[in-house]
Amino acid sequence: MANIDETAILKRIFSYFLLIFLAVVILAPFFIGIWTSFLPTADILKGNFFSTNVSLNNYFDAFTQTPILRYLGNTVVISIITMFAHLIFCSMSAYAFVFLDFKYKKVFFALFMVTMMLPSEAAIIPNFQTVKALGLLDHYSAMIVPSLTSAFGTFMLRQSFMQTPMELKEAADIEGLNHFQIYWNVVLPYNRISLITLGAYSFLGAWNQYLWPILVTFSNNSRVIQNGLKQLQSEETFNNWGMIQASAAIIVIPTIIVLFIGQHYFKSGMNEGAVK
Amino acid sequence: MLKTSTTDVVPEKKVEANSDRKFKLTAKDKYYASIFVGPSLFLLGLFVFYPMFRTLYISLFLTNSFGNTTLFVGLDNYVKLISSPDFVASMWVTVVYVVGVTFFTIAMGLLLANLASQKLPGIAIFRTLYSVTMGVSVSVAAIFWLFIFNPSAGFFTLLTKMLHLPTVNWLTSPTNAMWAIIITTVWMHLGFVFLVFLGAIESVPTTLYEAADVEGVSSRYQFFHITLPMISPTLFFVSTITIIGSFKSFGLIDLITKGGPTNATNMLVYRIYNDAFFGGNYAKSSAEAIILAIIIAFFTYLQFKFLEKKVNY
Amino acid sequence: MSTVLTNVCKQYDQGKTVLGKVSAEIKTGEFFVIVGPSGCGKSTLLRMIAGLTDITDGEISIDNRVVNNLSPKDRNLTMVFQSYALFPFLSVWDNVAFGLKARKHSQVEVEERVNNALKMVNLEDLKDRKPRELSGGQRQRVALARAVASDAKICLMDEPLSNLDAQLRIKMRQEIYALQRKLGITLIYVTHDQVEAMTMADHIMVLHNTEVQQIGTPAEIYKTPANEFVASFFGVPPINILPATKLSSKSLKVNGDFEVKVDQVITENELKVGIRPNELRVAKADELTANATVKNIEFLGDEKILYATFNNGNEVSAIISSETHFDLFDTIKITSTNNVLLFSQDGINITKGVGDVVNA
Repeated sequence: MANIDETAILKRIFSYFLLIFLAVVILAPFFIGIWTSFLPTADILKGNFFSTNVSLNNYFDAFTQTPILRYLGNTVVISIITMFAHLIFCSMSAYAFVFLDFKYKKVFFALFMVTMMLPSEAAIIPNFQTVKALGLLDHYSAMIVPSLTSAFGTFMLRQSFMQTPMELKEAADIEGLNHFQIYWNVVLPYNRISLITLGAYSFLGAWNQYLWPILVTFSNNSRVIQNGLKQLQSEETFNNWGMIQASAAIIVIPTIIVLFIGQHYFKSGMNEGAVK
Repeated sequence: MLKTSTTDVVPEKKVEANSDRKFKLTAKDKYYASIFVGPSLFLLGLFVFYPMFRTLYISLFLTNSFGNTTLFVGLDNYVKLISSPDFVASMWVTVVYVVGVTFFTIAMGLLLANLASQKLPGIAIFRTLYSVTMGVSVSVAAIFWLFIFNPSAGFFTLLTKMLHLPTVNWLTSPTNAMWAIIITTVWMHLGFVFLVFLGAIESVPTTLYEAADVEGVSSRYQFFHITLPMISPTLFFVSTITIIGSFKSFGLIDLITKGGPTNATNMLVYRIYNDAFFGGNYAKSSAEAIILAIIIAFFTYLQFKFLEKKVNY
Repeated sequence: MSTVLTNVCKQYDQGKTVLGKVSAEIKTGEFFVIVGPSGCGKSTLLRMIAGLTDITDGEISIDNRVVNNLSPKDRNLTMVFQSYALFPFLSVWDNVAFGLKARKHSQVEVEERVNNALKMVNLEDLKDRKPRELSGGQRQRVALARAVASDAKICLMDEPLSNLDAQLRIKMRQEIYALQRKLGITLIYVTHDQVEAMTMADHIMVLHNTEVQQIGTPAEIYKTPANEFVASFFGVPPINILPATKLSSKSLKVNGDFEVKVDQVITENELKVGIRPNELRVAKADELTANATVKNIEFLGDEKILYATFNNGNEVSAIISSETHFDLFDTIKITSTNNVLLFSQDGINITKGVGDVVNA
């Protein structure tokens, strides 16, 4: 008996060792990045990694000497608008595919599915020309308009809407609600977990856009944060590592906080959904 | 963009195929349908279908520096691409990258998920820590790792100096640059893949493991003969989205290596971008874009087919 | 002023018939139960009345108005679903108010109706809860309150009690019955449970194999079932159906064994008799005179149910006094009173006087 306990304990210790080791490896880039963001660039360049000149100067510099706040603001606006646009347009088309019957419904749905197979990266040349023709270059709408809707979002919400108990829709039918009312008062509230999930995906998707914004933005007025870091890095600040790391930290900390809050929310949301 | 192209987080479940449940059809549906589905259809038409056909069209012509088509050349652009050692090398580099990223992402993701699925006190902390890279965007990942790879002040350089090892030139040697890109990509995707695997592993019925425990089966055997087969649909899903995501990689390359050194990391999307917007060769770029579209469409189709069947083990 | 079904049919695209030519008249203010085994089309019929499912052929009229092509909301009815169809994201109060708000009643009227309805089903204290915080019985009450709050004169219920446990079912049965009487609404109620049908209905429609088997009051259905199916569907344990041959013009030999005298002239040589379990007489017998063996005995308190197998293999159940004692495998002699039902070979009730009552 004692023997088994011993191996169990050894196993446990080994498990924890492995868990901690991997956590350190995964988090190392964060720690290194965030730690150096507090150090003077001179110390970093000298390799004086354990310098004690810790300060918030880099952050101060990043905020005052670079347009990082502007980049952040641009990105937040674009991401939020994209998110709401996805929620509206995707949920509407998903509603049509689940609750409405119309001519060519199957054909249209097949088109949506095909759309999911086509990479937007392959469409940049004509899209650039379209946006240019519309006069949207170097403007928020250049990044918003082409991605107002999403085939993936429609597909995902359709899957979710199909799980809505048909009795709820029928109960609403008997009460005489029209499709707008059923959409707004029954289907959307019932599927709010999926909507939140899609919202998160859409927000992150817009936040992480890189290739498209780099094509259609030229000035700090519309530049997004992903391209902004490249801009900082390529400008005179190239070797100001402390400030660059501080900028990276400024960007990553809010998303990680949002993610942790979101994680908690998603978990309770899941439970709520399961108990219905 | 791996994180966002989660084609099937919501797997297609069986829907009551009860024709009694058919919705009442009224003439008004047509009117509602046009309002509900019209906007999305229009937008997808304008920004996905039209450009795809346009790209295909351009790829069959020669173009001037404004991107206007001049002379119809049929498949010439494609023939030129395939016979150009430059492009073949680029495709080869892309494939190496995709295979490397997919293999290491899955291996690491499985390892982490399997470890974190143990019932140990405090395991929740590790789960959170492992998923942390989900909040990291392309540019942040690139900056963090650029510093680590930096030849003069970088962390790796520091480490090798401290241990009196020869310094490795991460970004100036072709092989190492590829490794650098792969490591950064894997790191960035790991949080998401870890969470997906963890969810899959946790949904395996515990009775299977209890039965195996009673039989006295080793945990390694349990992993390969219970966990792996049971999560095979997820494994397939993660593989395809990782493959699709890495074929489309652009940001990290642009930020870390710029396709170099000597084209060692000049992958497909980076080529499309460079050839069109810096080389001014819209026809060539379009042909490359079509090749990318075919590759992506193939893997997405594979995923749809698999989802439809939902066959596992 | 009633709901009239005339030759209502339902076929699906594949040509499969779910309901064939159902006709009935449901009077205003009555409790009408549609009963039948699963798959008999009873829910489909209800959904057709509601307007949720199209009618293939025939006609449904409510208060002299043909409603075939009216949308559900224009038929002025309410429906309680088997799953209750409560909106999980709305409170109890809002669930009850849902339809009233949708129909654009005034704020004051909505409040009054909802509060009254909640009072009537004893849910006033729980009005701010969400459905998931309620027990099964409470959810059921919310669904009822929704029907009560509506001003519709017809209420449809689709197996509303099937998700409740046995005790709660009895309680809710009584509550639904009381509510219907109090409100004076027409209640069309679908169930597969013959006890629910018997205990609540003014009239019962028995559906089987896509056809109406019989429409009648509970007493008519029980005492003069139209056919063998109806006879077997009502009553616990079910009626015993045994083969019989004509002995004389007014007597029969049942199961090739015991004699039963009937009050009518028998015209057929081979027929079937239906004997309710409480009409059987059971006595201990030695192996020479015995015609059956005891297979199982269930003690129910005042009485026992005795299951036996005749020597020729036919099985019967009998209700006997709990004072009488039998053991398993006892040999017994089973006979019957003369109160039996006669069925033709193909199951039609041919007992004297039945033809007058059966209207299907």
